[in-house]
Amino acid sequence: MNDMTPTREQREAALEGMGCKRKRVEDVRFTQGKGQYVDDLKLPGMVFGDFVRSPYPHAKITKIDATEALKIPGVIAVLTAEDLKGVNLAWMPTLAGDVQMVLADGKVLYQNQEVAFVVAEDRYIADDAIQLVEVEYEELPVLVDPFKSMDPDAPVLRPDLEGKTEGAHGPRKHHNHIFNWEVGDEDETAKAFAEADVTINEMISYHRTHPSPLETCQCVASMDKVKGELTVWGTFQAPHVIRTVASLLSTIPEHKIHVIAPDIGGGFGNKVGAYPGYICSIVASIVTGVPVKWVEDRMENLSTTSFARDYHMTTEIAAKSDGTVTGLKVHVLADHGGFDACADPSKWPAGFFNIVTGSYDFPAAHLSVDGVYTNKAPGGVAYRCSFRVTEAAYCIERAMDILAQKLDMDPADLRMKNFVKADQFPYQSALGWEYDSGDYHTAMQKAMDTIGYRELRAEQKAKQEAFKRGETREIMGIGVSFFTEIVGAGPSKNCDILGVAMFDSAEIRVHPTGSVISRMGTKSQGQGHETTWAQIIATEIGIPAADIMVEEGNTDTAPYGLGTYGSRSTPVAGAAIALAARKIRNKAQMIAAHMLEVSEYDLEWDIDGFQVKGNPEARKSMKEIAWAAYHAPPPNMEPGLEAVSYYDPPNMTYPFGAYFCVMDIDVDTGVASTRRFYALDDCGTRINPMIIEGQVHGGLTEAFAIAMGQEIRYDEMGNVLGASFMDFFIPTAVETPHWETDHTVTPSPHHPIGAKGVGESPNVGGVPAFSNAVNDAFQFLGSTHIQMPHDSWRVWQAAKDLGAHG
Amino acid sequence: MIPGEFTYHRPSSVAEAIAILASHGDEARPLSGGHSLIPMMKLRMAAPEHLVDLGGIADLKGISEDGGTITIGCMTTQHELIGSDLLADKLPIIRETSLLIADPQIRYMGTLGGNVANGDPGNDMPGLMQCLGATYVLTGPDGDREVAARDFYEAAYFTALAPEEILTAVKIPAPPAGHGYAYEKLKRKVGDYATAAAAVVLTMTGGTVASCSIALTNVADTPLHAADASDILTGSTLDASTIASAVAAAEAITDPASDGRGPAEYRTKMAGIMMQRALARAAERASA
Repeated sequence: MNDMTPTREQREAALEGMGCKRKRVEDVRFTQGKGQYVDDLKLPGMVFGDFVRSPYPHAKITKIDATEALKIPGVIAVLTAEDLKGVNLAWMPTLAGDVQMVLADGKVLYQNQEVAFVVAEDRYIADDAIQLVEVEYEELPVLVDPFKSMDPDAPVLRPDLEGKTEGAHGPRKHHNHIFNWEVGDEDETAKAFAEADVTINEMISYHRTHPSPLETCQCVASMDKVKGELTVWGTFQAPHVIRTVASLLSTIPEHKIHVIAPDIGGGFGNKVGAYPGYICSIVASIVTGVPVKWVEDRMENLSTTSFARDYHMTTEIAAKSDGTVTGLKVHVLADHGGFDACADPSKWPAGFFNIVTGSYDFPAAHLSVDGVYTNKAPGGVAYRCSFRVTEAAYCIERAMDILAQKLDMDPADLRMKNFVKADQFPYQSALGWEYDSGDYHTAMQKAMDTIGYRELRAEQKAKQEAFKRGETREIMGIGVSFFTEIVGAGPSKNCDILGVAMFDSAEIRVHPTGSVISRMGTKSQGQGHETTWAQIIATEIGIPAADIMVEEGNTDTAPYGLGTYGSRSTPVAGAAIALAARKIRNKAQMIAAHMLEVSEYDLEWDIDGFQVKGNPEARKSMKEIAWAAYHAPPPNMEPGLEAVSYYDPPNMTYPFGAYFCVMDIDVDTGVASTRRFYALDDCGTRINPMIIEGQVHGGLTEAFAIAMGQEIRYDEMGNVLGASFMDFFIPTAVETPHWETDHTVTPSPHHPIGAKGVGESPNVGGVPAFSNAVNDAFQFLGSTHIQMPHDSWRVWQAAKDLGAHG
Repeated sequence: MIPGEFTYHRPSSVAEAIAILASHGDEARPLSGGHSLIPMMKLRMAAPEHLVDLGGIADLKGISEDGGTITIGCMTTQHELIGSDLLADKLPIIRETSLLIADPQIRYMGTLGGNVANGDPGNDMPGLMQCLGATYVLTGPDGDREVAARDFYEAAYFTALAPEEILTAVKIPAPPAGHGYAYEKLKRKVGDYATAAAAVVLTMTGGTVASCSIALTNVADTPLHAADASDILTGSTLDASTIASAVAAAEAITDPASDGRGPAEYRTKMAGIMMQRALARAAERASA
């Protein structure tokens, strides 16, 4: 071998394939302000839409008069529900099987609800006109507290459902009841509780919050009346689903609808659903024949386009006196707001909340979820988590701490005692899931050793003594969280959205010169797909990632996919990519055999090409094979080198992790400072460690925000409080703790490359770690459970209630 | 989040600015850094028809000292306050407080005059100016008049400033060399207004407080000069029981709103805690 021939290591490195800390290719444009977002789009003749919104959370509308608004020069139209009725779009179906008003139809159900859509030549004129649309309201009694929603005399929120005793998910037991969802064996669970040595029972609330991406929801709709074609550019995490829904609602044939999701500035679940702004823009463009742009402002985003969480979880655990858990019983009261617009797979009204047994071997469990209406914004999206998984993880991780306290056991030891063991996988959970793989004990032990868990407990003990002696006003908490996620929705046997199975797809085309364009049904909102998808292909077909272009978001060119949310991209589309790439490699093998005049069975794959077994000098690189595919394919073989794969996953994937948070709390101010945060993640095979680390940093920062103060709050009158970044907690670099990251690798046995997905793990596992740290700090003063969020005044209040202020 | 229509003026002299203000009365508002007024306009909670931008008036910027009085032009930015050697030497508490206002980008634009004249109880400088015994120079069609910071604030956004007047300068008596000082601010995050904050300036003689001035921020609809608390502490050795009665006196004058920062009770208690911590730091910094 002469000096010019690259070594195997050099050839491998040149690919920048799986496992490489490849720099994100999309950042070249993002860091230079060259991203192309919806609001960057300017079309000739484009006009702007904006909403008249209700100041009242619950009111009848007796009159809407747009006369004065229409007199302003530049105002083109003011649409109301009456106008939308003409095209049968005053209401729209939700992903959860409910219907939702597009514009207020006779009443409003939450503050800031969309009442009328003003279309004007520019945004300034539209906003001026909004002030002049006269709406007469007649206030109705307001229902804010979900625990009062099913009182006999609770106000009727949805007269449209009067007499409907059957909802999309079974019987309704009250006029504000949406559904009851039950899983598990109630009798077996009751037996476990009857025989238990120890039980706990705690109402654990996970407050209402919002995904709050940097870029709000927005779209441009353009109807070409001559061609009969509609193009919609929008902030869509699932562009193909939007196309199908738009076709079903508008009756425009699906092939004449072009949905394009350009660069997206963060989604976190906020951009999965369909919102009134999209529908109104489309209708307005159909009416006016010109493109219509709609861009939400921050307050609109926080107060109307979806919310997350708002789960109130009464949690009971049965255990033996040695700490072995024997039963879990959870009842959830789920506040869904005015319409049930939760973004879950259609048959899952509470998402995958039945992952609530977590990482523990519960022999029996029972879960019951009741969804109710209140006068709050609809939504219920999965804010950087698979459907309701973060609520479930918070529920069980908080409850395990409470059980440990009752048993006077260390919470880490209690977890170790009850983990599903490595040899139990695939593990069948009491609530119906088959966990694919895991090695919880190893991960937990590594985390405990790395952070110095026992030493921290000793330090905490000493600090508690010093506090009791009056020598310090600071207390210390150690938050333990060991989460198991369920992601990668999902297998067609249990997952669909409005009837479309939740597969995903990839198309790969190798060009004659050996470069590649590939397209997927997913849509990055910051996850770095352009970088990581190319790495999977690079490893699978031996073409450098730098020569592979990844394109997503255009429904005309990309194969049909269900989009990006719920950490599904890698488990589902990532598998489709690997399988499409393997189709290409199989064809390449036949071409190489022809070129080398050997049987394809005599060839073996070697990094970036095929070589003859036992004679590595006789080889053809993928670049050479690609040329041959177009230049001189074997006889009887179709020319070209491309493949499409649609992947229906056989199972979900189950990432897990061990997180530890060390917190110091100033009892006099309630200020909690995170001293250390250690996150060990096991997401199976790691495609790009740097992107994983970035994902973990981002998710932990959101978890920190949620646990420590990020909240959509309503006062007792139903006014939404704090719907601006002045009050809605988005931490800056100053507040954000330092993150220590680590990993173990337990590949998924059923995924073609063993990857499980990681984008949401840190949010799911982070929230309980922070909350458990705060709770742990106060345990020695007699506290059992302090509700989130743990902002300073609430922590101070807890300290005061426990008598810590003397 | 889109303001209504307005006319923008950019005069080059104080006289010209006052003439514009005088001719439009309540319909005109002076604009300095804009970080309070422009968000209010975007929310259409303020809708002035005329905005008079003071940014083009060179005379309104600058920091100078004359016979123990430091004068700061109203258009001096918080960034400039932080960078001033004169203030670092004579009034270091201004630098300490400025660094707790919002973030660097806002401090490049935000001005001392705007911060004190707007009457927003959340602003930090009004309380500090009360603590320092500052005087505001109000310039109107009939010339200058001076109003003490402690007399300037009437209610939230209501001050002694008349619509045709501009707060052109702030005059501060320099505290004696060796004074102790501290500004303690509790806030939820960078950029937030105080949950509660306290400014303390004191001098010590032989372990005894020779003089003391305290003011509180954002725990009432105006800044609060805690005169009683200051009096209680003067002459004391800062022993625990005197501090406790001073804290009680300070807490007694608070009347905070309950909001996202916490209920009123919490904010009152935090005013006491911030004052206590500011006192401790100020005493530590003071020459004996």
